[in-house]
Amino acid sequence: MTTNAKTTVLNLTAEEFVHPGNRACSGCGLSVLYRIGTKALGRDCIFVVPPSCLTVMQGLYPIAASQLPILNGTFASTAAIATGVRAAMKRLGKKTQVVAWAGDGGTSDIGIQSLSGALERNEDFIYICYDNEAYMNTGVQRSGTTPQGGLTTTTPYAGKKEHSKNVPGIVAAHNPAYVATCSASYPLDFHDKLLRAKQIRGLKYIHIQTPCPPGWGCDERMTIKIGKAAVDCGLFDLYEIEDGRKVLSEPSRRLLDKSKQHPVRDYLKMQVRFKALSEAQIEAIQQRTDRKWDAYRQEFAEQ
Amino acid sequence: MSDKLINSGNTAAALAVQLAGAEVIAAYPITPQTPLTEKLSELIAAGKMAAEYVAVESEHSALGVCIGAASAGVRSFTATSSNGLLYMSEQLHWAAGARLPMVMCVVNRGVGAPWSVWNDHQDAISQRDTGWIQLFAKDHQEIVDTTLKAFRLAELVHIPVMVNYDGYYLSHTYMPFELPEAEAVKAFLPPYSYLHALDPGRPESLNTVTLPDARNDINGVKQGGYMDIRHNLHQEMRLAMEVWEEIDADFRQRFSRGGTPILDPYRCEDADFVVVAMGTLANQFHDIIDRLRQDEGLKVGVLALQMYRPFPTDRIAAALQSAKGVMVYEKGLSYGNQGALYADLKSALYPYPNRPRLHNFIVGLGGRDIRTDDLFQTLKEACRQDDSVAPEQQDPSHWIGLQL
Amino acid sequence: MPDPRFKILTSASTSGPGDAGRTGSWRVERPVIDLSRCTPAKTGKSCCHLCWLYCPDNVVSKAIEPVIDLEYCKGCGICAEECPVEAIAMISEEQFVEGGGHE
Repeated sequence: MTTNAKTTVLNLTAEEFVHPGNRACSGCGLSVLYRIGTKALGRDCIFVVPPSCLTVMQGLYPIAASQLPILNGTFASTAAIATGVRAAMKRLGKKTQVVAWAGDGGTSDIGIQSLSGALERNEDFIYICYDNEAYMNTGVQRSGTTPQGGLTTTTPYAGKKEHSKNVPGIVAAHNPAYVATCSASYPLDFHDKLLRAKQIRGLKYIHIQTPCPPGWGCDERMTIKIGKAAVDCGLFDLYEIEDGRKVLSEPSRRLLDKSKQHPVRDYLKMQVRFKALSEAQIEAIQQRTDRKWDAYRQEFAEQ
Repeated sequence: MSDKLINSGNTAAALAVQLAGAEVIAAYPITPQTPLTEKLSELIAAGKMAAEYVAVESEHSALGVCIGAASAGVRSFTATSSNGLLYMSEQLHWAAGARLPMVMCVVNRGVGAPWSVWNDHQDAISQRDTGWIQLFAKDHQEIVDTTLKAFRLAELVHIPVMVNYDGYYLSHTYMPFELPEAEAVKAFLPPYSYLHALDPGRPESLNTVTLPDARNDINGVKQGGYMDIRHNLHQEMRLAMEVWEEIDADFRQRFSRGGTPILDPYRCEDADFVVVAMGTLANQFHDIIDRLRQDEGLKVGVLALQMYRPFPTDRIAAALQSAKGVMVYEKGLSYGNQGALYADLKSALYPYPNRPRLHNFIVGLGGRDIRTDDLFQTLKEACRQDDSVAPEQQDPSHWIGLQL
Repeated sequence: MPDPRFKILTSASTSGPGDAGRTGSWRVERPVIDLSRCTPAKTGKSCCHLCWLYCPDNVVSKAIEPVIDLEYCKGCGICAEECPVEAIAMISEEQFVEGGGHE
């Protein structure tokens, strides 16, 4: 039930589905994951996109940077619009893959109602949430997935007080056909999970952590390194859930060996958005992460 | 053979949608639309309608599903009332700006706050600026015929169409109506197609950010900016009036019904005084008109407005050129100003040589009973009003039936 | 089909490069590949290609001697950061201004 393909850089297709010269920020994590993700999805697709970074990246009328058909729609209804496209494909007898690409705002906050409805109906499409952990497209305001302590324009001094929403957990509670977490820094893992998702009927949800240099406060060249650091310290785990069974993905599975788990501090210190965290808060984050991984070690002892 | 039935307005609407062959239905229940939704769901579950019913979790999503399906090349349908329509308001603007061919039935009901489940027109009136074509049916036969014609109109002009009918007065009452034969409807309504249907073979990105100014596309050809696109919607909404009349003429040829697609007059030919109203309220005036003519010797008529948006400026102004007085009775208003239909009509008459005396009456909000006697008395007084009352004094709206 | 009297202006975009213009103008530094260190270039074999994999903008070719499209390269530096043999250096654009030095 884990991904069967094992795509490498060598056998990854050289075919491209996005044009250069687009409006994504320099070093954008979304650019990396969208570019590699479209290689897995191919051309027989229709994408549904709410207001988000991808809206801007795909291009301003009348020029599209993305080579695939995209339906833009209102903020709260991504999953509903994707449902409509999916229903139309069924009526037309077409096997065209319907894929929703939404940010964390459009998924976990304003978009959560329509997503929950689509999950409950187990609608047959892929829903990708690219999570850069704030409302980045409107200039870095806090979102439901902004981590505790994260500095944003609406949590400007002490950082966000609250914990972030566990969106994959909320999604998993609906028992959809497939849930996976990914990182933009592990694009081949994302690629192969999309290949897996394409084979499954029902709603496939993929949550992909997406480093954002301007929003997170790091150099543009560090995009890939930061995403890897999030996984290496165990704050963000990569896994798949199918038939209620959770399996850790390779980059995270390593951490079942406690000696491989890096301190959270290494990750937090790379980003200006965490500079307001006190030592006590960092220690608390470390303890919560340790507890999570101790539980994983018990649960996945045999993996 | 066409079917002759006696059933509710909601059922009439559902059966019309079945005949029209809508293939994706997404609706959220709301009083008094609910039986329409249930009927469609029943027809689909019984295999009598080749469509998919999506049990969405809100009205905003209902129209979202329809937007997705319509954009992907399939005929879709939704229905709602009142706060449900308000909830999907941003989607209304979206569908119109996206030039999506679609039809929605609105079973008119008063809007909250406070909660009301009873009929008035404020739901539709409050959405008159969205770019949707708005039609008003006033009996069950019109619900069927208007809905069928609406699909053809929407698909020819690529503008979404709202078919309104009064909650409870029509939705829940039983009246006879005729359903045309399925084959005849198929001949009347060609298959659905959307100009920019999503197609991997011809990929386009629809309705992304559009700049204020025109800009060259990838081939160096100048394409309009936001304002040009919106101007085109407005212009083509105006042009749609002609197409609506053509469709009605064709429908009349095939089904022997119709002929009054925009204005439906009753005894207006020689009228000195004309009532203007929408929906079942217009019907209620027929007996009053007869009594006033017979007992009071007043030459009155009633003009039912069937198409509210686009507003048939020229046609209605022309129809009222020989009237001395026009009385607008309506179930909705622009708060802080005056009756919405009244303001539209007054502005339509402004450039014309003959500006009859205008009167505005607000009635029946939140389902308050519209007593025939009140209509009779107020209309008689308005007709008998002499010139000593200055126009600006009588301009403010009169509210009929207040109880405090 | 829609009525031919109607133009039906719609925001429908078709694809091509350079929606944001010449994004190469965003750069403050440009990546320069030292082919003597680049593993595929040195060995003549198709291998590594991490610069191609991680480029957000699809401006690095998947080639034994990778080439960077400077028309659109935004100068993010991810290729330089991720190259396992440090074959890519980020060089200030100033070095490439004709005549050299400050304007």
